[in-house]
Amino acid sequence: MTSSQEDVTLLGVLASPFVCRVKIALKLKGVEYKYVEENLADKSDLLLKSNPVYKKVPVFVHNEKPIPESLVIVEYIDETWKHNPILPSEPYRRASARFWSKFIDDKVVGAAWKAVFTVDEKERENNVTETFEALQFLENELKDHKFFGGKEVGLVDIAAVFIAFWIPMFQEVAGLELFTSEKFPKLYKWSQEFINHPVVKESLPPRDPVFGSFKGRYESLTASK
Amino acid sequence: MAEEVVLLDFWRSPFGMRVRIALAEKGIKYEYKEEDLRNKSPLLLQMNPVHKKIPVLIHKGKPICESLIVVQYIEEVWNDRNPLLPSDPYKRAQARFWADYVDKKIYDLGSKFRTSRGEEKKAAKKELIEALKLLEEQLGDKTYFGGNNLGFVDIALVPFYAWFKANDAFGPLNIERKCPKFVAWAKRCMQKESVSKSLPDQNKVYEFIVERRKKLGIE
Repeated sequence: MTSSQEDVTLLGVLASPFVCRVKIALKLKGVEYKYVEENLADKSDLLLKSNPVYKKVPVFVHNEKPIPESLVIVEYIDETWKHNPILPSEPYRRASARFWSKFIDDKVVGAAWKAVFTVDEKERENNVTETFEALQFLENELKDHKFFGGKEVGLVDIAAVFIAFWIPMFQEVAGLELFTSEKFPKLYKWSQEFINHPVVKESLPPRDPVFGSFKGRYESLTASK
Repeated sequence: MAEEVVLLDFWRSPFGMRVRIALAEKGIKYEYKEEDLRNKSPLLLQMNPVHKKIPVLIHKGKPICESLIVVQYIEEVWNDRNPLLPSDPYKRAQARFWADYVDKKIYDLGSKFRTSRGEEKKAAKKELIEALKLLEEQLGDKTYFGGNNLGFVDIALVPFYAWFKANDAFGPLNIERKCPKFVAWAKRCMQKESVSKSLPDQNKVYEFIVERRKKLGIE
């Protein structure tokens, strides 16, 4: 009997929040898969063949058919393995889930990254402000729900793993206060629930090596000034 | 009922055009409200407080924002006719991937090409042509990206055609010569009423661009 593991492959890197999104989705669905850790300085032929447009991770390969772009992958996973739904079934709520996931990609990820990994101080400051503004929208959107998905983890929560696990690392690397319980009490509470969720916990990368790689990057950036 | 569906839009917006095409493809009656983007209506600010942008679709009083998200919403609500996305999950993923590619590449590069000069302009031109060629490859021998019918990627991309003359005048971009398949595809789309009625006249867009360049002092 062919193991289902052979049919499903995920190309990724440990430090990527986008890869982590896919891992969470797969774990929520209980899908077994083969994981391939890529070396981005020496990309595999499989990666280059599977994502010729961007040559990036994550790439999800199902029955030899590749899909890049984390949110496209997560929707595909949700549509292929229908139990434990990740997106709501009602069209308006689906649109809302897609909206906030896109918001995280467009407004939070870039700004939070540049708030730390930019040499120019003014640009860093602008990005800190942008990050605060974006996080405030999410704080308001969460209201009194346990998760963005309601009682259970959904698309927006998965997209927001960047906020729960990566932003705290960034702020420690740079000695910055971006995301605190004082500034964003609801969002902070959400982040603790989220990273301690049994499925999410098992999908997160080990903190130390990932933190180490970002710290190294930060130090070489600031040293070059 | 037309009152149930309202579209806040701006005639020149390629993102607004996407929604117009989707609504037309599904035969949905709606109220069109033209926004003055220098003086946004209280309704727009209330319905899209996060981005304050058009297009916004208001259905039974509830707003949906971001053009590709709106198109998917339209697809899912009016799911009994003219499907805009394939039913197969892998093909859907491909459609979403390429529509996202259009978002990341085409409109920004077009804008950059029009408003920059020198090396920056040259680089934008090169990238834009490469992106269109990649899309041509994706199209292959199909009538539309969606196959025999207009699909998600067609809707995402065809509004670019309204800016065709405007772009070409500030190059030259020579899209007709360099990407003949793309142009042939766009013209095929324009033969559909849902598209031709949703895109403004190329000359109108061209005239607007000329005016704006004068104001920006770009010769």
